Amino acid sequence: MELAPVYLAFILMLAIFLGFELISKVPATLHTPLMSGANAISGIAIVGALLAAGSKMPGLAPILGAVAVTFATINVVGGYLVTDRMLGMFKKKGD
Amino acid sequence: MMDSVAVNLAYIVAAALFVFGLKMLGSPATARRGNALSAAGMLIAVVVTLLSKGILEWHWIAVAMLVGAVIGALAARLVAMTSMPEMVALFNGTGGAASLLVGWAALYGDGSTFTAITVTLSVLIGGVTLSGSILAWGKLSEAFGSRAVVFGAQRFVNGLILVGLLAAGVLFVMQPAPDSPVFFVILGLALLLGVMAVLPIGGADMPVVISLLNSYSGLAACAAGFAINNNILIVSGSLVGAAGIILTNIMCKAMNRSLANVLFSGFGAVATASKVEGEVKPINAEDAYLILEAASSVTFVPGYGMAVAQAQHAVHELGELLEGNGCEVTFAIHPVAGRMPGHMNVLLAEASVPYDQLVEMEDINRRMETVDVAVVIGANDVVNPAARQDEGSPIYGMPIINVDHARTVFVLKRSMASGFAGVDNPLFFGDNTRMLFGDAKASIMGMVAQFKD
Repeated sequence: MELAPVYLAFILMLAIFLGFELISKVPATLHTPLMSGANAISGIAIVGALLAAGSKMPGLAPILGAVAVTFATINVVGGYLVTDRMLGMFKKKGD
Repeated sequence: MMDSVAVNLAYIVAAALFVFGLKMLGSPATARRGNALSAAGMLIAVVVTLLSKGILEWHWIAVAMLVGAVIGALAARLVAMTSMPEMVALFNGTGGAASLLVGWAALYGDGSTFTAITVTLSVLIGGVTLSGSILAWGKLSEAFGSRAVVFGAQRFVNGLILVGLLAAGVLFVMQPAPDSPVFFVILGLALLLGVMAVLPIGGADMPVVISLLNSYSGLAACAAGFAINNNILIVSGSLVGAAGIILTNIMCKAMNRSLANVLFSGFGAVATASKVEGEVKPINAEDAYLILEAASSVTFVPGYGMAVAQAQHAVHELGELLEGNGCEVTFAIHPVAGRMPGHMNVLLAEASVPYDQLVEMEDINRRMETVDVAVVIGANDVVNPAARQDEGSPIYGMPIINVDHARTVFVLKRSMASGFAGVDNPLFFGDNTRMLFGDAKASIMGMVAQFKD
């Protein structure tokens, strides 16, 4: 268990490098959908929010969790839909 | 019920889908499928979490998800493409808020030092993201006024907040408790810091803020992941964090400024540029049409002014007519045109401009000498040759689209006021420049009408 933070930090380091590699290849044309799409991914906090909201933890935890679920769902649903709406408008000549 | 190994395996699948999704966002042809893939990853993560042993209570979750989904879907459906920066700012804010609350709730779990530290971090980053995003939204939608606010004691106040945060953080980590008053001090200071961070940034620097807040929203999720020991939050959060940092960096480079300069200086305070004087040569739609009709290569350079005038559809129509006339048409887009990275591309895509006509600054500059007519619509600073020539200019050194190297330049402008950065533009007095005064949309429509006659 003492190793857990180190192991998590290891994952963090790898994921950051992967992120840099992936994103630096995206052309400027798509930067807005990239940003809103990435933003939707940051709504992954919904997983933590669900666990808090659904737990039988004491005190305010389930309420905080439920509010967090609302915010995160707005982020996820809104983010993906608006990205899809934007990308749907990008057409090649003749399409 | 799924056991935790199965749940974590499903999280790996979700993470892989996020990675693939982001990779496919690298080309307009695959981007839409990439986004759908990423959404599928999110759905998997949510469903397996709901099926895991951690979920004992359903009713609050159902209500919360329903409310969130309805708000999110409506917002995504109704927002105008010109308001996309505000929308993204708000979505960043909701992500930050969610991470903040997840961290806070984690305090009711275990009271270890590691949890206390990571909860402090997620409340700090989440809080800065939340209040910063709300202020950024206010500035972008002009609800609070968009100018940079700089006051003398700003650095001193920011320093005090940071010292306060550090002290409160140490105190809290030594004695973590969910109802500790120190926790609320941290929360309050974090929200204050977000406001103070965005306050001195305004106007043309907003794309940087949006990118940075995007990055923070990812980092907040990452910190929350540490607080609750959850891999998928850490992986996805850091992907987003990296994306935001890269975009921030691109924006800064495109303005030839360091991030520190954007964050702390408040643009416009140093404007001591030499006054430009000269005679402008106005032109009317009729003469502009005659020149365009004879051109074999035309490039449009749109700025935020085009969006304000809602001229993008008219511009597209003119582009089509020119193409029908055997002319090569391109749209040259500066990286910081608009109010967020890539904003102008979305507005043109909305007006049915095909993406193969959208070209980046470096590409068009390389062949600007061969362009017959460059049509500048509502752009100013990004085509200002003072950035190359005048060392006293506040935008000196910023890469620009060299429209002055084209054979002829049309500048569509309402009147002779200076641009967003408040800088005079020698382009307007160039020998090959013709000014087409008036509302951009009306001017374009005028040329379209000439073509149709």
